[in-house]
Amino acid sequence: MFWRLFAALALVASMFTASQAADTLKIGAVVSVTGPAAPLGEPEKNTLEMVRDQINARGGVNGRMVELIVYDDESDVNKAVLAAERLLKKDGVCAVIGPTTSGSTLAIMNRFPAAEVPLVSMSAAEKIVNPVNPWVFKVAPSDRHAAQRILKDARGRGFKKIAILTVSDGFGQAGREVLKELIPAGGFELAADEVYGPKDTDMTPQLTKIKDLAPDAVICWGTNPGPAVVARNRADLGLSIPLYMSHGVASKKFIELAGPAAEGIMLPAGDLIVADQLPEGDSRKALLTGYARQYQQTFKSDVSTFGGHGWDALGMVAKAVEMAGSDKPAAIRENLEKITGFPGVGGVFSFSAANHDGLDENAFEMVVVQGGDWKILK
Amino acid sequence: MLSSAPQYLVSGLTVGATYGLTALGFTMIFNTTGIINFAQGEFVMLGGMLSVAFLKAHAPLPLAVLLAVSVAALAGCLMERLVIRPVGRAPAVNLVIITIGVSILMRGAVMLAWGKDTFSLPAFTSAKPLAVLGAVVRPQSLWVLSITLLILAGLKLFFSRSIHGKAMLACSCEPKAAALVGISVDRMAMLSFGLSGFLGAVGGAILAPITLTSYDVGVMLGLKGFAACILGGLGNPFGAAAGGLILGVLESFGASVASGYQDAFAFVMLLALLFLKPTGLFGAPGSDRV
Amino acid sequence: MAATPRHAGLLALGVLAALLGLAPLALPNDYYLNVLILCCLNALAVMGLNLLMGYAGQVSLGHAAFFGLGAYVTAVVTATFGLPVAVGILAGVSASALVAWFLAQPTLKLRGHYLAMATLGFGIIVSIVFNEAVGITGGPSGFVGIPRLSLPGCAPTSDRSFYFLAAGVLWLGALMAGLIMDSRTGRALRAIHASEHAAQAMGIDIARHKRFVFVLSAVYAGLAGTLYAHHLTFVAPSSFGFNFSVQLLTMVVLGGMASTWGALAGAFFLTSLPEFLRVFEEMDILIYGGLLVMCMMFMPGGLAGLARKLACGLLGARRV
Repeated sequence: MFWRLFAALALVASMFTASQAADTLKIGAVVSVTGPAAPLGEPEKNTLEMVRDQINARGGVNGRMVELIVYDDESDVNKAVLAAERLLKKDGVCAVIGPTTSGSTLAIMNRFPAAEVPLVSMSAAEKIVNPVNPWVFKVAPSDRHAAQRILKDARGRGFKKIAILTVSDGFGQAGREVLKELIPAGGFELAADEVYGPKDTDMTPQLTKIKDLAPDAVICWGTNPGPAVVARNRADLGLSIPLYMSHGVASKKFIELAGPAAEGIMLPAGDLIVADQLPEGDSRKALLTGYARQYQQTFKSDVSTFGGHGWDALGMVAKAVEMAGSDKPAAIRENLEKITGFPGVGGVFSFSAANHDGLDENAFEMVVVQGGDWKILK
Repeated sequence: MLSSAPQYLVSGLTVGATYGLTALGFTMIFNTTGIINFAQGEFVMLGGMLSVAFLKAHAPLPLAVLLAVSVAALAGCLMERLVIRPVGRAPAVNLVIITIGVSILMRGAVMLAWGKDTFSLPAFTSAKPLAVLGAVVRPQSLWVLSITLLILAGLKLFFSRSIHGKAMLACSCEPKAAALVGISVDRMAMLSFGLSGFLGAVGGAILAPITLTSYDVGVMLGLKGFAACILGGLGNPFGAAAGGLILGVLESFGASVASGYQDAFAFVMLLALLFLKPTGLFGAPGSDRV
Repeated sequence: MAATPRHAGLLALGVLAALLGLAPLALPNDYYLNVLILCCLNALAVMGLNLLMGYAGQVSLGHAAFFGLGAYVTAVVTATFGLPVAVGILAGVSASALVAWFLAQPTLKLRGHYLAMATLGFGIIVSIVFNEAVGITGGPSGFVGIPRLSLPGCAPTSDRSFYFLAAGVLWLGALMAGLIMDSRTGRALRAIHASEHAAQAMGIDIARHKRFVFVLSAVYAGLAGTLYAHHLTFVAPSSFGFNFSVQLLTMVVLGGMASTWGALAGAFFLTSLPEFLRVFEEMDILIYGGLLVMCMMFMPGGLAGLARKLACGLLGARRV
């Protein structure tokens, strides 16, 4: 009992001696650095820190240094909520970037209008910006656009019967809803609607069921490691049905986990991962190859489109602060809506009062896994 | 669905073999010491994760697996020596809590060492899948089933022929009598923990190429192993193995019907058994001394 | 101990009220009120679990399920069906109690590790249902949009007022626990813990008493869950899983089973620990495991046992 009191006193004392940072621009971030979404969150955190260092090296924004406060939500919605509370109430940030996953974003969204602080999410769910919440923006292209891109490719190949296999978490659910709407609307037949759990390690029952229905293609919607298991199970079962994945696995980790089973799998992804295959005249090629090179040099690992979200989010928040000339959250929010034609890693962004999405389906390029690497799908 | 029944059967038997090995581990410790070791699932996790770690340290696959199961066996012995033995004859609640604590420690240590990522282990042989009776059988599944059978045969020999095996059986019958004839009950206890660590780790290592592994696979595997143990009758090694296989198959067929709830099958069955027939399918009725 | 346990109990309650009331003054900013609120809610759930484990000697490894049931039921009743919050809380608590009542009958016949496994299995089944019944619970992404607490005559709009409400409920919970333990039922429970067969020989109805304390502990947990839902306005299945059950268990063990004070201390300490040791947040899983093992090996009486020894030592009383 005594040492509990002592610990409490020690905490109180340490709080009062916490260094008061001089006039910095406090921007908060909630990122899934660990946990199942780590392949998405780690590049995001790395990129955020890289961009912050770049901005500060140039003298900061409006002469003020950027102080980035990053909390790891461990890919857990509850921790995301607690992290958001901490950023809003304890750290008093002027804007929040993230979270990494759609589930976490949807969980914390409602606090931001009440706190009057803008949130720039790095996750993809459509529900985040539709209906438009004046304080919430996102930089990741929607599942809807990804699904449309996939179906466009499927139509081009003459596929008619499509089976879907989705994960039972926020990302998978959102994808499933969009696919169930777009597939019949696009003139396809929905052959099967199977679900697997985020921690499942064997999807052969679901794939066997799908095989029996003989669809022309399968669309698997989830984030690692599930889709890797699906890919391997498909190879083990000796199936050759064309397999599409979602943009959620557009990272080298997927190819690593799935191994040789990843060959031939198609998915929509930001053009960052195939930047050197873009035509010379492309307006963003220099930006993309430059970012890729810098990231690889600084962090000694492959670049991913998710890191790009970090680049776009912090870049646009900084631009909004610059345009506003102040760090008042309301001013930042107003100026975010005025951003148009911003060349980002994920695409060219244009926000408005009615559009907090910023991108459309052209942000995606269809790619295929060939020889253990990404190739633009013709 | 019936046409795919052989496929579900094969998937179920494969996963069930690991449940069986886990259940065997539980039985081993319970028979010798009367303790239910909640950390059993973590031994299974160690089998997979340590194999990955040794492989990354450039050991060839067979050596990596061998080292992994040896380290897990050692961990089992250490657990008994450092944590269980000092506590002695503590009430069941305390032992339950201690073993839960150890399982959390093991999980935490692995998480700190290798992170929360998922890892894959290469299959033992990379032949193409075979087609048997309308089902596609991975070569790794064959490895799983054959290694499990080998181990069962080995255990039978161990308990019926070797002196250590018979000594362990003696401890489970009546520790005082065993001590009187000169058996070191403490050492048998340590051996049982080590053996169960070995069994669990083998189960983890042979399954990892199929299901991938990470720091937290132990919780579910351990619990399902325990459910299998109860299904077969606590204290009966062959019941444990059989229980594991049955549970795996039930789960596989269940997944084909309601894919989200398949994990719940094992636990609903566990509860049903505990309430209705705690002695399981193959166990003898128990009796209490008042 | 004190010559008049009743006076000691009243004094303890008074000290608790003072500590709870003055705590907010020690905080540097309002964010920590959040932490204190969580401490109070966890303490409420832990008090119930402590009654079950410490006094009745039953182990429950799935108590997070009752916490979660309370939270989800009130969420569905107030958000999906639009009924008043008071109805939601009542429904949540009743749901926990009802499920506990049904579970008690077959479960409490089991002993030792069988009981542990049964409660563990139950906890996991409930957790899976929370995750899979997407239409009702919102699935893994959680349930958003739970209304804030507003009871007739009391609608805390700020964290500070919510804290006083939570602290008040906690204090009442401690009062009730004390009253029960002092009563005939409490003595019967302690007798059952000491020796079931002897208690049975004395004519105590074991099954009825065990069921009573099981349901009571579920009520405490369910109530804490409902308040949690209305405070956070968001619930997700991941906070009601096996990990949380283990945390609750650790709080009881650390505090010392069979001591309400110990339960409170354990809950407050472990809930606020991550805030003190932000650096060690990654290692919290290790710390819990280590605490469990260390406590059981070296300090089975927990913090309360330690305090008791210290008090005895200070007062020069001889330990019997």
